[in-house]
Amino acid sequence: MIKTKARPDEVLFRGLTGAFAVLVIVGVGAIGFELFRQSQLSIKEFGWQFWQTDTWDPVAGQFGARPFIWGTLYSAILALIISSPVALGIAIFISELCPDWMRWPLVFLTELLAAIPSIVYGLWGIFVLVPVVRQLEVATPDWLRSVPLFSGPPLGVGMLSAALVLAIMVVPFSASVAREVLKAVPQAQREGAYALGATRWEAIRMALFYARTGIVGAIMLGFGRALGETMAVTMVIGNNPQISWSLYKPQYTMAAVIANEFTEATDDLHLHALIEIGLVLFIITLIVNVISRLFIWSMAAQRGPRAARPATLKAAA
Amino acid sequence: MTLSMRTMGALAVAAVAGATLTAQTVQINGAGATFPDPIYQKWFAEYNKMHPTVQINYQAIGSGGGIKQVSSRTVFFGATDGPMTPDQLQAAPSKILHFPTVLGGVVPIYSIPGVTAELNFTGPLLADIFLGKITKWNDPAIAKVNAGVTLPNTDIVVVHRSDGSGTTYIFMDFLAKVSAEWKSKVGVNTAVNWPTGVGGKGSDGVTGQVKQTPGALGYVELTYALANKISFGSVQNSAGKFVRASTETVTAAADAAAKQMPADFRVSITNPPGDSVYPVSSFTWLLLYEDAPDKNQARTMVEFMKWALTDGQKFAPQMGYAPLPKAVVDLEMKALDRIKIK
Repeated sequence: MIKTKARPDEVLFRGLTGAFAVLVIVGVGAIGFELFRQSQLSIKEFGWQFWQTDTWDPVAGQFGARPFIWGTLYSAILALIISSPVALGIAIFISELCPDWMRWPLVFLTELLAAIPSIVYGLWGIFVLVPVVRQLEVATPDWLRSVPLFSGPPLGVGMLSAALVLAIMVVPFSASVAREVLKAVPQAQREGAYALGATRWEAIRMALFYARTGIVGAIMLGFGRALGETMAVTMVIGNNPQISWSLYKPQYTMAAVIANEFTEATDDLHLHALIEIGLVLFIITLIVNVISRLFIWSMAAQRGPRAARPATLKAAA
Repeated sequence: MTLSMRTMGALAVAAVAGATLTAQTVQINGAGATFPDPIYQKWFAEYNKMHPTVQINYQAIGSGGGIKQVSSRTVFFGATDGPMTPDQLQAAPSKILHFPTVLGGVVPIYSIPGVTAELNFTGPLLADIFLGKITKWNDPAIAKVNAGVTLPNTDIVVVHRSDGSGTTYIFMDFLAKVSAEWKSKVGVNTAVNWPTGVGGKGSDGVTGQVKQTPGALGYVELTYALANKISFGSVQNSAGKFVRASTETVTAAADAAAKQMPADFRVSITNPPGDSVYPVSSFTWLLLYEDAPDKNQARTMVEFMKWALTDGQKFAPQMGYAPLPKAVVDLEMKALDRIKIK
């Protein structure tokens, strides 16, 4: 390699982009540090108890985050179970099966869903979805009501409404990323499949298999969004901190309790406990992202021997 | 997120305050309770029409935020629905005074299929319902005070505020006074550990939830109940009379309390004595420093307060607030002289 003096504009460009990248890391670190620093009172007072107890009593100064952690994870997972098949279906239809004239309007409309502010979803939830869900709950037969999943009074607001609103909010994110991923599957793969006599369904399955890491990534992106969603969930989940499998019972999420109580929290311990909830949410989001990253990497590694891996393996040997 | 917005807000306020020092106009910034926000905005706009050089800005960020911002002097005045605690007053950099501005009443709202009658509630009855001890509308305890009304065998769905709120504070303050069990089990705060029920976000959330849910019982400020045309019940006062909330009966509650008004106006007027008083009533307060660093702003604010407490009160009833009784206004006019304007 010939050594040349780097041009000043290149140095500047590299420095600038590098600075932006570092800024992100510094930003995340600063958020974590600040959350930790400002929740000191609560961390000192409760320690690990904060993660393990269920009482949230601002009057008595007793704070436990477990029902909120439960509500956040449960609602996000439910939303994912509902939204993933739909998002995947949309992505497959648009990228593989859709007639050309329909493609553009479909893409436009799914992406429009992502642009709607969450408060609008919340209002729609209160005035449209919640009454429908209540009808459904009222119509639930008694034998089904004895199942823990469907127990509880027919309030309309509750876990089911929250999960449905979240699912609708998550679909456009997962769908558009999954669509991009499927679009990136080389045409040669599909042509090869057809050449071997594959049916259309078999060719699509092959494309899905090829794109699976990206699809998992798309779903995890939706999960991250569902974990942090605040306003729409607050408006329909019923805001009652309890741990229950029931879809009908009102529950509570971490983001919702912060949004609800932060403005009027005058007591220092209360405020610190709320910030610690933010810290817990931050940590859980981090863990979820790390796990999904590891999952995607391990899937990419499985594909190894046939794909790009051999070169690096040889280099190592 | 809220935190960073707050910091940004504080910075913006500081920047604006700095910029206006050179200008002719007097610009004053305040922040606090959301409940009195509509009438404060009205007052500041009306006052600005009469005194174009005076510009008062108010941000409705919540009572807690108002107390915090005025204590850290990022705003000139604060506003709150619950008086500052002795601890909070102690923590402030110098003496803060409370000034009641208007009054609000909190009413029990409900929707029961097939019931159009106006219901009666006693304090202990409301406490027992919100404690989850009375769960059906046809409970004998409810029937006893509502003779002649046929109540269905429907579950009571308790709806409360999920967000910290001055409305909650007033309602809790009343329940704690009339029910020893409420006082010991739940207590009084802007947000509490609810024994039962679902939480609606904001007064609109509670109103919407009550309207939609058959058998629901919630509580909102009188203003919201009137604006949303939702049924609300009468509440029994300490004289044993069932009184329906109105701007007159809420003002009467303040009048009753004026006789024992403490010098700093930090007083709860829930469940006061008197035949015609509505018992779930409260002041909302403006917070001012006795000795503010900027005497120009202090002088302007005192002038404004004198107007708001007299002529300004006429805007209250039409906006759903109860005006202050004359006895309280007289006391406040004297107290305003304590503020150092030179």
